[in-house]
Formats: sequence, structure tokens, C-alpha cells
Amino acid sequence: MKVTNIPFMAMRKIVAMFSVLLILISIGSLATKGLQFGLDFTGGTLVEVKYDEAPNLDDVRAVLAQNNYSDVVVQNFGSPTDVVVRMANSYTATLGDEVLVTLKEGDKVGVSLQRSEYVGAQVGEELREQGGLGMLLALAIVMLYVAVRFQFKFSVASVAALAHDVIITLGVFSIFEIEFDLTVLAALLAVIGYSLNDTIVVCDRIRENFRIMRETEPEALINESINQTLGRTIITSMTTLFVLVVLYLFGGEAINNFSFALLVGIVIGTYSSVFVAANLLLAQGITREDLIPAPKEELEDELP
Amino acid sequence: MLNKYPLWKYLLILAVLAFGVIYALPNLYPDDPALQISAQKATSAVDERTLKTAQKALDKAGIELKAAELTSAGGTLRFDNGEDQLAAKPVIAAALGDSYVTALNLVPTTPDWLASLGAGPAKLGLDLRGGVHFLLEVDTPAALKQRLEVAASEMKSALRKERIRYRSVAIKDGVMSIRFLKDADRDLAESLLKDQFDSYLYRTLEEGKSFYLTVEFSEAEQKEIEIYALQQNLTTLRNRVNELGVAEPLVQRQGSNRIVVELPGVQDTAAAKRIIGATANLEFRLEAGLDANASDTETLTFRNGSGRTAQLEKDIIITGDSVSDANSSFDENGRPQVNISLDSKGGKQMAKVTRSAVGRNMAVVFIEHKSRSRFVEQEDGSLKEVRRSYSEKGIISLATIQTTLGNSFRITGLDSPRESSELALLLRAGALAAPIYFVEERTIGPSLGAENIQLGVTSAQIGMLVVMLFMLVYYKAFGVFANVSLILNIVLLMACMSLLTATLTLPGIAGIVLTMGMAVDANVLIFSRIKEELANGLPSQQAIHSGFNRAFTTIFDANITTLLVAVILFAVGTGPVKGFAVTLSLGILTSMFTAIVVTRAQVNLVYGGRKNKRLFI
Repeated sequence: MKVTNIPFMAMRKIVAMFSVLLILISIGSLATKGLQFGLDFTGGTLVEVKYDEAPNLDDVRAVLAQNNYSDVVVQNFGSPTDVVVRMANSYTATLGDEVLVTLKEGDKVGVSLQRSEYVGAQVGEELREQGGLGMLLALAIVMLYVAVRFQFKFSVASVAALAHDVIITLGVFSIFEIEFDLTVLAALLAVIGYSLNDTIVVCDRIRENFRIMRETEPEALINESINQTLGRTIITSMTTLFVLVVLYLFGGEAINNFSFALLVGIVIGTYSSVFVAANLLLAQGITREDLIPAPKEELEDELP
Repeated sequence: MLNKYPLWKYLLILAVLAFGVIYALPNLYPDDPALQISAQKATSAVDERTLKTAQKALDKAGIELKAAELTSAGGTLRFDNGEDQLAAKPVIAAALGDSYVTALNLVPTTPDWLASLGAGPAKLGLDLRGGVHFLLEVDTPAALKQRLEVAASEMKSALRKERIRYRSVAIKDGVMSIRFLKDADRDLAESLLKDQFDSYLYRTLEEGKSFYLTVEFSEAEQKEIEIYALQQNLTTLRNRVNELGVAEPLVQRQGSNRIVVELPGVQDTAAAKRIIGATANLEFRLEAGLDANASDTETLTFRNGSGRTAQLEKDIIITGDSVSDANSSFDENGRPQVNISLDSKGGKQMAKVTRSAVGRNMAVVFIEHKSRSRFVEQEDGSLKEVRRSYSEKGIISLATIQTTLGNSFRITGLDSPRESSELALLLRAGALAAPIYFVEERTIGPSLGAENIQLGVTSAQIGMLVVMLFMLVYYKAFGVFANVSLILNIVLLMACMSLLTATLTLPGIAGIVLTMGMAVDANVLIFSRIKEELANGLPSQQAIHSGFNRAFTTIFDANITTLLVAVILFAVGTGPVKGFAVTLSLGILTSMFTAIVVTRAQVNLVYGGRKNKRLFI
């Protein structure tokens, strides 16, 4: 890939508006619709069973209703023969087996228990808190590391870019009402890691260029840096997206949302490392002096 | 000279790779479906004879056995396939009887020469292996309340003994308040109690015409009680889990008041849940007098297997729920004894009964509510599992009541210190120190586990293929270098997983797949740098040299930040998420080695030290 010369920084105003718009939509959706939290975070009971032949979900619901399981949600999970039954929080150690027996008797076909999960409401709340805390902690540590290795303005830019990615990915989950469970949280943290990786590569080039290209104005310099790293950004994003598509298609229902979160997050992360982080650096008025240490004070004065 | 590694560097790389291959190798050997046989009681051990019996039974049933061996935990019978394994379980259970536990299991087939190097396959998480995960919460406030109640009754009797008049004693929210009518009484009581019970915090309080003395646990004491309650329940649960004969059970404390129980590979999850949730208990009963009515008595045997029996009254004085503590020690003559503390209610009841029974014998009876599955032969010759609930009663000890018993008393007449400490343990283990309840439970059926492995492996293979094809097309010869590094990266990653006995989960496999996508990043960075330098007009040797060097800081910074995030993920995550964090962070480390060092070695071998020639990049 030839080094391109796309005027990224000339588009910065439009791009910034686009990002702000996406963030506003995401926050709007998160505020009004919220997230579709999964069992891990809400607490509750879930039983997944596998039928030998695809059942009619209405029949399954009817069987459960007849046996006094009220407040149940019955859905297919991945394939027509896999059925997930979600229940409000009423747990006994034998619930999974009881539901299985009920379904077996109701349908007279082979049914086997795939998994049953129960999470107490309090545990769910704790996991939620822990997850949020983990996310903030990750951002804080990243900010610190970048501030030490690079410079404070870089640290603000990269963390803002990460927050941008996380908010928009959350927004997508909220708008499309995709279930948000523990694995999605893990994916989100991985997105932070990945997007940061991308951003650092760009920042690294900007830092290097500030040292080499002494005559260039910051805007042109940043533009040049992005163009120089663009080839790498695209290739790496592509290989990663390839494997994620594979995971999404072949990884099975259990990690479907996980790979989806990564897919969305990495597309946005790639976009943000090209446009958002650099944009923010420029907005903060990054100069050569920020990166090249000021000449040391003369020491002679202190000597007797 | 540019782009030449000294020999030792090549040798070092080879050594690391050889090491990686050896420790990753066991993962290629599929696990054998097996039956694990363990002894139910200490008296019946698993030995050659047991295995012979099992083998004979299998021969008769026409089930082919792959291998039988004795292990430290009991016996292992290996089978060629899962069907044989499932068919064998009822046969073995019927042949060996009740004194042995048979459990379905998967055992590694690591060849001896690898095993002798300490290599073994990576541990599979519950989502890949099937099994149950419980999170149990210990109700520590209840444990505190129990202890405070015991203290209250002890304090009351101390006050009565000194003829200090109090009006009432109440316990609320972990604080006991004693009400007095005169402050003089209160002050007397305070100095007396402070003297006798020094591990509490005392405070005085006036309200209207009443004077209060409040008693609560000091923070240290409170903590100790909580820890004790948790330890006790851990012990009880461990004992129960051991009964299941699970290969690698995990019973572990989590946080200040929770216990995680994980039983990997358990295929009969319902049975596991029944046993974890089972209730064992104690009863204290009087031995029946000679003139007792037969309908009021019951003959029970002793638990020690001596065959001795005793006739006991059916009336129960108290149950093990009332035992708040038990420990073994020696009496003044050096004979073993067990000291028992009861809670207030139990103490009262015990005193009431024993006051009129001095000189008679009192028995401690151990009761276990269990359910057992038996395999019964049907008319058509097949075996059917029949489940039956029952309770098992046995006498632990029978001793003469010397005097009226109160809150704390001792049981003597025990044969040995071992017996007394076992009794104390049983008393403690039998009664959970604090109520316990399930706060989380995950059961993964064995078929789902196998399915998840299949899905994980398939997507890993396809993902790898796609990435490798892409690199080959895009970077040609250098793509080959990157691909070799990628494969070695996976090998090293698996070796590290095995060595650290880290648990591989489905999100963990996803982490490996994701690592593949990201691992080539370092090479992409390096290669695009080389291309850039070539475009700038550098000769190929210089281009390679400066490409690697200049990409290094970028790779380093980018990977360290990702590693930081992965470590946080590991710290806050549980179960499957932790598995993802493990593979992600190990993958970052190994990929840095392979992408930088191993790729460089290949490039050096092919291009290094020669004249500048065209690079296939």
C-alpha cells in the first residue's frame, strides 16, 4: 500500500460533528431505553434445553403455563431445537431439572438439559458495579500510562477516544436491544485494549514526526502521520475483523453477542484512532514543545 | 554485519520453541472417558481387588475396557468412547456396592515421557467440560446472632449467680442490651461482666427510668466469628464434595462471606446439587431405661463399625443445630474429651432434661439425610436407575451423665484422641456454623461442553486460515515468516496455558482467536515500516534493520497498554471472563516474542549477511 495523502485533518469539523452526533444518539438511547441487561447483571433463572425435533414455542409456553410457571420468557437460542426459558427470580436447587421434567412430559419428545443458570439479584448488582468499576479503572490506568510515556495531551486524547468507542458501542447495544451480559462486558474491555493499541500507534508516529519534521505545522504533521500509519491501521483492522466475523459466524450462540460487541467496537475503534484521537490532539493545541523537553536550566549559577 | 543473529540467539530461540512444543503437545491427545472409583468411607480402600471385581463385571456385561489403573484418589477405568463409559457406570456401581462412589470423568492421556516432564493438557473450564458451579453465601449476621445468644445466656447466669438484678435482656441488630432498674446494679453488672467476658465491648445508656448496659462484639471478635463461620461451612462442604468422588473439585472462599463450589466434569448434575444441599445433623438422646416402652425406643448401631448397638429413647433432647462450637481436648486424667457449647435454647433444654437424668447414659446420634440411586435390572435386562431418599443414623458416643448439663459440657469415655478430634470435627461439620444459601448456580450439560469445544476449535481453525491466507497474499515471503511466527505463537500460548494450569474457557478460545488477529499486528507494523524505508530509497538490508528497530517502541507501547487492560479484566472478571483475560494477556506476551524475535530470526536466516537484493514483501 502506497503512503496516501488524504486530507484527514481538513475533514475534522465534519468528522467531529459526526462523532458528537453518534455519541448524542447513543447517550439518548442509553438514557431512554437503557441496556438490555442479561441474566448476569439482573439476576434470575435461565434454563436451556435441546429438543430432538424443533418444538413449537407456543406449545412450550403452554406446557409451562399449565404447570404454574408464570412470568416465563421462552425463546430459541441459536437454532430451532435449542430453547431458552427465562424466569423471574424464584430459585430452588432443583428448578432446572423440574423444568426439564415438565417439558419432557409435555412434549413426549427427547429433551435434554444444556445448561441452567441462576444468579441472585444481589450478585447481579455486584457484577454490574464491578464491571463499571473495572471499566473506569482501565481508563484511568491507560490515562496514567500514556501521560507518563507520552504526554498529558496525548493521554486526554486517547482516553476521550476510548470513551467515544465505549459509549457508541453501548449505544448500538441499546438501540438494537441486544443482550448485554458478562461476556459483552469483557468484549468492551477488549475493545478498549484494541482501540488503544491503534491510537497509540498513531500517537507514536505523531511523536516521532514532531522530532523529525521540525518545519511542519502541527496540522499538516498529524495529517502526514495518520497517512503514514493508515496502511497498517487498515491491514490490522482487517485481519482482526476477519477473525471476528469467523467467531461471529462459527463461534456459536454463547459468544455471539461477545463477537458482535467486538466487531462493532473495533470498527468504531479504527475510525476513532484515525479521526478522533488526532482531532482531539489538535483541538488541545499540541505543539512541538509539548514533546521535546525544554532545554535544561543552566547549572552554573548553583555552583559556588 | 547487519541482520545477523549470533548463534546463541538462534539456539535460544530453538530452545524456547522446543520447550513450547513439548508443553503444548499434551493438548493434542484427547481425553479418555473414564469412571473414577473412590471409597465412600475410609475403611474401604480401592485396591487391585476392587479393580478386578470391576473388570469382571465389565467382561460379563460385554463392555470393553481400555485400561484400569490405581491412582492416589482411587481407581480409574478408561474407556474407548463415551457410550461405553455411560453403559459401564451402572454395571460398576452394581458390582461394587454402596461403599464405593463411581463418578463419570474425563482423564488426560498424556504419554508417560511427557508427563514425566511435568507436561499436561490445559485445564478446561466448566463451559467446555460441563459441570456445576455454585456460589453459596454464608449468613454471617445469623452466625453472630447465634453467638450473641449463647453469650446472653451465659451472662444471665453469671448475673444470677452474683445476685445482680436485671429486668430483661434483648438482642437486636447484633447488640445485646441488658435493662436494669437501678444504676448501681448496672454498674455492678458492668464490672462483673467486663471481668468475666472480656472479649466484648460494653457501653452504658440511660433512657427514662431504665438503665441499660449494651454488649457487642469487638470488631476483631466479630471478624473472627465470621471467619470461623466461613471456615466451618467450607469444611462441611469439602466433606460433602469429597463424597461425590469428583476428580478436581474446587471449594473455595470468595470474598468475606461466600463460597464457590465447582465440580467440573460432573455429568449427573442433579445428584451433585442434592448432595451439596444435603443436611446432616446430630441428635442428643437418652439411653432407654430397662422399663421403657418398646414403642418409645429405637435400637441404633454405633458408627465406628464395631457392630455395637444401643437402645435409645425416641425423644430428642436437642439436635446439632444447637451446637455452637465443639473442640477436643484432654481431661484432668489425660483422657480425651470433647467440649461442646450449645446455644441458649439448646442449653436450657439440655439442663432441663439432664437435671433429672444424672447417672443415665446419653447418646450422640449422627443423622444424614441422603438419597441414593440404585440400578435395578429390568425385565428386559436393561438397568434402570431408581432413586430413594433415606436417613442414616448412627451413634457417635454413649456416655454417662455426671451432672446437670448446661450450655457447655463435655463428652468423655472416648477411646482415643483421634476419636475425640473426629467427633469434634463431625459435630462442627454436621451443624453448619451459619445458614447458607445459593446465590448463583450454573449448570452446563456435558453435551453443551463438547459442542462448545467443537465450535471453539472450528472457529480457531478457520480464523487462523483466513489470517494466514491474507498475510501470504499481502506480504508474500514475509507473509510466510509472519505465518510461521503465528503458528509458533499459538504453540507457545498453549504451552503457557498448560504450564500455568490456567483454565481454558469458551471466551478464552475467543481470546486466542482474537490474539491471532492481533498478533500479526506487530508484523504488520514492522513490514509496513520496511516497505516505507524501501520507498525512501534505503537498501534492503538497512530497510530491514531500521524497520524492525523503529517499529519496536510502537509495538511495545501498544502492547503494554493492551496488557494493562487485560490484567484489569482478569482482576474484575469471574469465570469465563477471567478465561478470556488469561488468553488475551498471555497471547500478547507470546506474540511479542514470536512477532519480533522469531520473525527477525527467519528474516535474518533468509536475507541476513548477504548482498542487498530484492525483498519479496
